[in-house]
Amino acid sequence: MERNVVFIALFAALIAALGLIPRITLASGIPITAQSMGIMLCGTVLGARRGALAVLLFLLLVAIGLPLLAGGRGGLGVFATPWAGFLFGFPVAAFVTGLVVERWRRGNLALIAGVAAVAGGIGALYLVAVPYYMWAKPAGLSEALITAMAPFMPGDLIKAVLAGLITAALAKARPDSLLSRA
Amino acid sequence: MIALTSQIETPYHRLPAGLKLALMCLFTLALFLHDDLRVRLAALGVVVLLHLVPGMRFAREAAGHLKPLWVFVLIIAAWHVATVTMADGLRVILLLLAAVGLANLVTMTTRLDDMIGVVRFLTRPLRGVGLRTQALEVSIALVIRFTPVLAQKGAALVDAWRCRSPRRPGWRIVTPLILLAVDDAERVAEALRARGGVG
Repeated sequence: MERNVVFIALFAALIAALGLIPRITLASGIPITAQSMGIMLCGTVLGARRGALAVLLFLLLVAIGLPLLAGGRGGLGVFATPWAGFLFGFPVAAFVTGLVVERWRRGNLALIAGVAAVAGGIGALYLVAVPYYMWAKPAGLSEALITAMAPFMPGDLIKAVLAGLITAALAKARPDSLLSRA
Repeated sequence: MIALTSQIETPYHRLPAGLKLALMCLFTLALFLHDDLRVRLAALGVVVLLHLVPGMRFAREAAGHLKPLWVFVLIIAAWHVATVTMADGLRVILLLLAAVGLANLVTMTTRLDDMIGVVRFLTRPLRGVGLRTQALEVSIALVIRFTPVLAQKGAALVDAWRCRSPRRPGWRIVTPLILLAVDDAERVAEALRARGGVG
């Protein structure tokens, strides 16, 4: 019980910390924030249920007024834009990512976690975020894909690959702490 | 860690948090359902007026919080100019500014402990069906305590990287940061257990 609560809380804090450290610049010069990679890592490391709970806890603290989103944003206002579907999709993304890592046990962990991060952190996330944008703005499908999805796609693919590599490195260093495989 | 609550005392600070949240939800829903241009313009006017009541200093602080919004406004504007649907774009932008502005006003005038009070109130039905919500309150405290700790450890890793490499610190510092977080988590869990657990 205590271990679950503390891991959930510390990963919520980790998502916040990843938004606070200087943004990561890729070799190609595209700056990305590591925050959405934190969502993927919650799934790959904590598993489906705990991962989703960590993200929900993070969003709760953002909603009650802590500036934990990348760039020091927070408060209720961030949930009022048509892009808020990304925030609402974060727990789903972590859940799906965790589910894949929990169920698919044989094979190279870096590959499995990377595929899981693509399925959850991109597939499931956009399945929530794009329809939400279409409903909340309101917008047609092509507009939603161009203004809500396309700008983030390249960064998200890179983050999914990195999430896979980082998960495998963590499993090597602290095999007992990989709760998704416990 | 500094919350987004404004240090400037306003009349809104004294209103109950639950009331402010309920009014905000009603206002946003009503605005979402009425896409008449005049209604939305009036709504934005009301929100601006609410910001001006406590004085210019407060209004400027609020405007600072809303700065990241301009990117979104620009993206929406660009789309509607490109597709020649300017009136629709204006409707959407007015809704966005009014809704986000009001939500930001509630955040700026409600103290963190009042917000946590609302969370406690909303989770009461869960306690009724036998769920123990103490874990939630412990978790909230842990996140507030550990976010600056992890951010500091992250900053130290960035410094250590800069000492050794002329290149910019990249994603490689994320792995040691997670290791530090996981080790902290194991120790804190043990300490909590030793002190009687989280209920």
